Amino acid sequence: FLIINHIDRNRARTYLSHTTAHQTKQSKMAAFASINAFLSQSSLVSKSAQSKNVKFLSKKTARHQMQASQKRATTVMMASAFDGVDQAPPDPILGVSDAFKKCESPAKLNLGVGAYRTEELQPYVLEVVKKAEAKMMEKGENKEYLPIDGLPAFKQCTLELLLGAGHPALEEGRAISVQSLSGTGSLRVGAAFINVWLPGKTVYLSKPTWGNHKNIFADAGVEWKEYTYFDPATVGLDIDGMLADIEAAPEGSIILLHGCAHNPTGVDPTKDQWQLIADVCKSKKHIPFFDVAYQGFASGSLDEDAFAPRFFVEQGMEVFVSQSYSKNLGLYAERVGALNVIANDKEAATKTASQLKRIARAIYSNPPVHGARIVAEVVGDEAMFAEWKAEMEMMAGRIKGVRQSLYENLTEMMPEKDWNFVLRQIGMFSFTGLSPAQVENMTNKWHVYMTKDGRISLAGLSLSKCKYLAEAMVDSFQNC
Amino acid sequence: MSSNSRVNTIARHINPTSGTMSISLWSGVPQAPPDPILGITEAFKADPATAAKLNLGVGAYRTEDGKPLVLKVVRRVEQAIVSDMSRNKEYLPMGGNAEFCKLSRALILGNDSRAIAEKRVATVQALSGTGALRVSAEFLSKFYPNAPIFLPNPTWGNHNKIFPNGGVKIMSYRYYNPATRGLDYDGMCADLQAAPEGSIVLLHACAHNPTGVDPTPEQWAGILAVVVARRLLALFDSAYQGFASGSLDRDAQAVRMFTQAGLELIICQSYAKNMGLYGERVGALSVVCKNEDNAKRVESQLKMVIRPMYSSPPAHGAAIAEMILGTPQFYEEWKVELKMMADRIILMRQMLHTELGKLGTPGNWRHILDQIG
Repeated sequence: FLIINHIDRNRARTYLSHTTAHQTKQSKMAAFASINAFLSQSSLVSKSAQSKNVKFLSKKTARHQMQASQKRATTVMMASAFDGVDQAPPDPILGVSDAFKKCESPAKLNLGVGAYRTEELQPYVLEVVKKAEAKMMEKGENKEYLPIDGLPAFKQCTLELLLGAGHPALEEGRAISVQSLSGTGSLRVGAAFINVWLPGKTVYLSKPTWGNHKNIFADAGVEWKEYTYFDPATVGLDIDGMLADIEAAPEGSIILLHGCAHNPTGVDPTKDQWQLIADVCKSKKHIPFFDVAYQGFASGSLDEDAFAPRFFVEQGMEVFVSQSYSKNLGLYAERVGALNVIANDKEAATKTASQLKRIARAIYSNPPVHGARIVAEVVGDEAMFAEWKAEMEMMAGRIKGVRQSLYENLTEMMPEKDWNFVLRQIGMFSFTGLSPAQVENMTNKWHVYMTKDGRISLAGLSLSKCKYLAEAMVDSFQNC
Repeated sequence: MSSNSRVNTIARHINPTSGTMSISLWSGVPQAPPDPILGITEAFKADPATAAKLNLGVGAYRTEDGKPLVLKVVRRVEQAIVSDMSRNKEYLPMGGNAEFCKLSRALILGNDSRAIAEKRVATVQALSGTGALRVSAEFLSKFYPNAPIFLPNPTWGNHNKIFPNGGVKIMSYRYYNPATRGLDYDGMCADLQAAPEGSIVLLHACAHNPTGVDPTPEQWAGILAVVVARRLLALFDSAYQGFASGSLDRDAQAVRMFTQAGLELIICQSYAKNMGLYGERVGALSVVCKNEDNAKRVESQLKMVIRPMYSSPPAHGAAIAEMILGTPQFYEEWKVELKMMADRIILMRQMLHTELGKLGTPGNWRHILDQIG
């Protein structure tokens, strides 16, 4: 390489003999041969340098190598390991934000955003989070590695939030929690576990579902299929279709269910419908896998939003629950979440936890400490916990408020259409029922940026803009 | 709780297989073996001999008093970050904190790196060293398929799990020579020479874990020659830059030698030890490519691996690292504290060696001084 860099041929030769000094004669010859072969291949080496180098070998070998190398078209230096790597497609949701940024219209609205915004459409760090962080700075704890399954205090309060403090599953030690990298990370660890311990089983995803679900299971090696969910006709839940598809799934399949505030539709089953879903899961011995990304954020009540997973556990089913604190504690970038497993007995739960740890160890070793400590501080302190609940109610309340205002504006402008779905749907997102062509009109004419599937993020909507959005939607429905 | 669930609980107590529940779906899942290293710490804690006992299993820096250390500069920077009301907690992009990525690759490759100037280094933020290794494994299994990775014998235990789980077959090359307690250089070169062309080779950038045995600069040149001759794809695990010798540049020599030779290679960086950010999970994965276009496409695919794994990396630790690397005053402070940690380790080696000599301990203990990290 010194020769190639035209530094000093003599030094290079000395170097080469130096490095091979300890080798046996045979390995020395072999090393020289390969180095010379490489050197003679490289088009960057001058002819004179090539001829000088070959004096390390016998003249015959040297001649052979020169001839061989001259036949080779490419050199080691030119070939790339990554020539065949294709450009990955752009993220569809990021694309919306990018286009929004480029738009110069003062009326523009970004309804692609998957994070809470204030009425002023600014990002929001919860007051209680700021307090918790300040407290943590005061405490000055160390930054030692967490255990593989995370901060013990965090795991405890996460299970209590999910199931309710004092729940029998907790008392019996048959509920375990593994701190993970928010919702995505917990789904991935769960999917990897399924791949190892339930090989050949398929996971059933709602149609539609959060885009990343498919990639998570696919990358973990788990096959996915879809069950009917959204009914465009009613802009609501096709419960019969859903039940039929879950019933038809082979026994012991994994059924991915959104705990509340379905993403992207905002359509949740009613309590009665959850009962029906649970019944069919039980009868087919399916494994419910709940994705709980909005506990407390959907209705404003932590308990209310945990109804579905709690109900299934009460029905005696063993479940996976992926939990995220991204939205309800606004900890998006800190990647805080957990994969919880509620099993029938303590031994099974313990063994499952040990295998989940083994999986996590080979992905990231142990989870990040900062976000977990924030959660433990907030949930562990009575005053802060109350403050958190109040802030959650405020966030959920703002969303409900814009839903109400949007509904009222839409009804006023186009009374002949039933806009009730805006109020019925819940959480950050809403499926408007707008077609791709209508969505284009929203963007091109009205500068409203949203995803092509007709999803809008209410988090990106302010009360002051509800009328404008209603105008855009009515225009798109009527004229496109 | 509801009467329904109470009945179920009682039923289970009476007859575990009765009622609405049968045995668990997970009853057949075996208990995973305990982590070998954690087991040592547990035994240490359980030992009643408080005064005499010594925990030499721990893989994190300890002060002279045996306590964990958070660097002063880290505390200061962290306080500034937490107090900065202009910051928020919005998702980072999939590739992480962009400024951190830039500073991180400059740290390992050098500020004057031609590869960086030519924009042919793709870098993403990663979950410390483990995360960088895992993302690289998944990327390689997709885009550099069927190439095995050669790991040194011995190596960090987790390497043997990360790569197979990520879809890359593992092989091994000779490394440690028990007779000399040093490097089996001939064996290493011979094994790499015999590796199938195009194989991946994992190299510890410095402070080899677990042996502490590093190649000399001359030996690195010889290894480079074999890597070039066999067209091996070098993957550097850099977990101790600055922490080994006390000098950030010195500990980056091997990586820089390979990069300056014009090779494509992969670099996994961790800030767990050198910045003491263990639990914050701060690291970076860089892929040095032949050209800018390849680097762009590689970066786009690294993100595709990250998205279904954890979507985007944690912000806090990377914000600390970014501020330290990017602010001259903090960077200088960091270098001083880093050297202090490295020096303490080196001093311990010297003192241990001296004591063994004083005691007339049979055998040659020179290796304690020769090994590093």
